[in-house]
Amino acid sequence: MVGLEHYLAVGAALFVIGIFGLFLNRKNVIILLMSIELMLLAVNINLVAFSSYLGDLAGQVFTLFVLTVAAAEAAIGLAILVSFFRNRGTIDVEDVNVMKG
Amino acid sequence: MSVADFAFYLFALTTVVGGFFTVMARNPVHSVLWLITAFVGATGLFVLLGAEFVAMLLMIVYVGAVAVLFLFVVMMLDVDFAELKAEMAKSLPLALLIGVILLMELATIFGTWQFADGADAARAAVAPALDVAHNTQALGQILYTDYILLFQLAGLILLVAMIGAIVLTLRHRTNVKRQNVISQMHRDPAKAMEVIDVKPGQGL
Repeated sequence: MVGLEHYLAVGAALFVIGIFGLFLNRKNVIILLMSIELMLLAVNINLVAFSSYLGDLAGQVFTLFVLTVAAAEAAIGLAILVSFFRNRGTIDVEDVNVMKG
Repeated sequence: MSVADFAFYLFALTTVVGGFFTVMARNPVHSVLWLITAFVGATGLFVLLGAEFVAMLLMIVYVGAVAVLFLFVVMMLDVDFAELKAEMAKSLPLALLIGVILLMELATIFGTWQFADGADAARAAVAPALDVAHNTQALGQILYTDYILLFQLAGLILLVAMIGAIVLTLRHRTNVKRQNVISQMHRDPAKAMEVIDVKPGQGL
């Protein structure tokens, strides 16, 4: 019988994979953004699982807002990536040093 | 094992395997395709959980918009991905270490927690029974009433993101002939052509 903990395990595994991807592909910004999407998806799975098992719709409403923010983040991130590539000709994170921060 | 259990394990495996190959694939186009696989698996999980609306939203917004956006950018940029991947082996030990530590931390919670006594009473928006309102209807009823401010703010976030993306990527090319509609509409036919009477042997 599949219970709440099964879904939480899937969410945890996906979140760890997202973190793993962040540290594995430290150069490629596109994969970094995809890893962040995976982590947000893991959070969404947790929210919907709790929402379903508790019978509370607030979790699904919150998932909607997480989805919104994830879509906006992907759009802005990719736009920054495109304009950065036009200026520098690379998408390596270590080359993002124009501001000498 | 019932059909629902089998479906759960199928979708869970799809999601996790898709996520794993998203971060491991050598070709970024393959990464995006694996990401789509992970999203489709998560959609199946959401349907199993009874959250049909969020499942459809995930399919439409994530697979239809975000993943395609990633695909556009990956194919538009002329990046030498082999060079970027060369350093992957170097960061693998650190990534594995952090991943395993985090997984172990999460595993310590597994099976040892329970709902608080007041969990049922503390529900913010109790889901109605299925014969009263199905998932999409129930979500709409609270989204446009209790959560209307957050809903409008979400729309504002999307608007700002859209404007920001356009401002960041728009560039005005020089040396390109453009159509000037105003000057075209204010053109005077009487001044457009001049008839000159050329005398023989004199020229202009």
